Amino acid sequence: MIRALALCLALALPAAAQEVIVAGLSQNRVSITADFDGSEILIYGAVKRDAPPPEGAPLEVIVTVEGPSTAVDVRRKGRVAGIWVNTASVRIDSAPSFYAVATTGPLRHILSDTDNLRYGISVDRVIRAIGIAAEADGSGEFVKALMRVRTREGRYRLLEGKVELTEDTLFRTDIILPSNLTEGEYKVRLFLLRDKRVIATQDRVIGVRKEGLERFLYNLAQERPLIYGFLSLVLAAVAGWGASAAFRLLRP
Amino acid sequence: MQLYLPIAEVSVNAFLILGLGGIVGFLSGMFGVGGGFLITPLLFFIGVPPAVAVATGANQVVASSISGVLAQLRRKGVDFTMGTVLLIGGVIGSAIGVWIFAWMTRQGQIDLFVQLSYVIFLGLIGAMMFQESLRSLLRNRKSGGTTVRRAHVHSWAHGLPFKIKFRASGLYISVIPPLLIGVAVGILSAVMGVGGGFILVPAMIYLLGMPTKVVIGTSLFQIIFVTAFTTVMHAVTSQTVDIMLALLLILGGVVGAQIGTQVGVRLKAEQLRILLSLLVLAVSIRIAFDLLLTPSELYSVAGVLP
Repeated sequence: MIRALALCLALALPAAAQEVIVAGLSQNRVSITADFDGSEILIYGAVKRDAPPPEGAPLEVIVTVEGPSTAVDVRRKGRVAGIWVNTASVRIDSAPSFYAVATTGPLRHILSDTDNLRYGISVDRVIRAIGIAAEADGSGEFVKALMRVRTREGRYRLLEGKVELTEDTLFRTDIILPSNLTEGEYKVRLFLLRDKRVIATQDRVIGVRKEGLERFLYNLAQERPLIYGFLSLVLAAVAGWGASAAFRLLRP
Repeated sequence: MQLYLPIAEVSVNAFLILGLGGIVGFLSGMFGVGGGFLITPLLFFIGVPPAVAVATGANQVVASSISGVLAQLRRKGVDFTMGTVLLIGGVIGSAIGVWIFAWMTRQGQIDLFVQLSYVIFLGLIGAMMFQESLRSLLRNRKSGGTTVRRAHVHSWAHGLPFKIKFRASGLYISVIPPLLIGVAVGILSAVMGVGGGFILVPAMIYLLGMPTKVVIGTSLFQIIFVTAFTTVMHAVTSQTVDIMLALLLILGGVVGAQIGTQVGVRLKAEQLRILLSLLVLAVSIRIAFDLLLTPSELYSVAGVLP
């Protein structure tokens, strides 16, 4: 519901605003091959205007990149009879596998709480955890823990001041996609802000896909699991026998 | 050299994995254990998802066991009759173990259950082996190094029916004790996600009275089939076998296993047992510490499969 509302607003906004985003990506697809070790995406754009820029509040830019979301279980350990055991668990409906926010300045100085809520910009607004309060005491702690753990893994990134804005018109930022990337559609959103309010938005998509050998093995494992399983065994048998034979030749 | 693993979906250093496989293969060849109880925790540590680590670990154990068993075969260190009896028990036990595993998962405490089984079984077996082999090492030293070995121990096991001649082991005993040991090992290996060599080896030495010479080969023989079964089961039910990761582990592992077998032959049986018991104890203590010490992060995140 909130998302649908935000979408309506987002669609309605550019028409009403005087400033519109024209955006581009250095690549709109990322291929995961055997030697994949992360990828850097350049997101750039310009602000198109019909009239001279308005006086007053400066222009700010926020860029977000969001990976595919899944449900996650967050568990908390507690001490029971001297040993540490998972004592509480909370199911979070939807959390992105990757989320980066790049901005021209400190997030809370350039974005109002209302617009953050409306557009779902900071990561705590993207994680969907409806009705978790009933599941465990202090369920807010579980969401914070999820963000802490994923930030440490490099999955969630807040890059304040990493968007370069030139002459209130051209902007660019580099987002590093980590090597532990999941396949799927990565949603890129760009926001123009003035006076802590969003005045224009733009969406782009980056497709992340396994290619070549990675694609072949992944498909085989998914579609022909029995063949894949036996292939793994044959590989093991050949390697095991091969090493044994090789060593027998080496040691007569 | 970084390599992206198609199933685990992480990028890893290929040489690190080769080295890891090599170390575990070395131990596997030396002691006749599959190495599952080492490889799985090590893979967790470098960031491979637990489900992939367990399944792929099983695949690597198949390869190192084949390599090891071929080396043992040349010195007639495999008792096929005994291996087959243990295997029949193992398959029955494995089915029971899978059922227990599913039941514990429904109760939501499978992690704790697995960790506790590791601590208890590795701890008990490690301590027993350590004490026994230390005693026999000291005894040998006093008596000038000659091994005093009773050829025949009469126990309750000899009163049971269905006696079979196990030629390679030089035993004439009932099939019931090895069958039961097979079942017990099968249960534990399904629950703990290991081949079960570390339980099988001492069980064959102390409970069945088999000579150490054939114990390692026979254990490896049984492990090949148990882990092959596990690998295919994981590939079919959860698609968690990463063939790329397995290939690297195997390449390191088969070479390590060959070297390990050569080293193992040069060591005395008591020394071998004392080293294995220390290794088993170390893993047990390490896992016990995880359970006892306050963790630095109380929360953990696990993805839910759609």
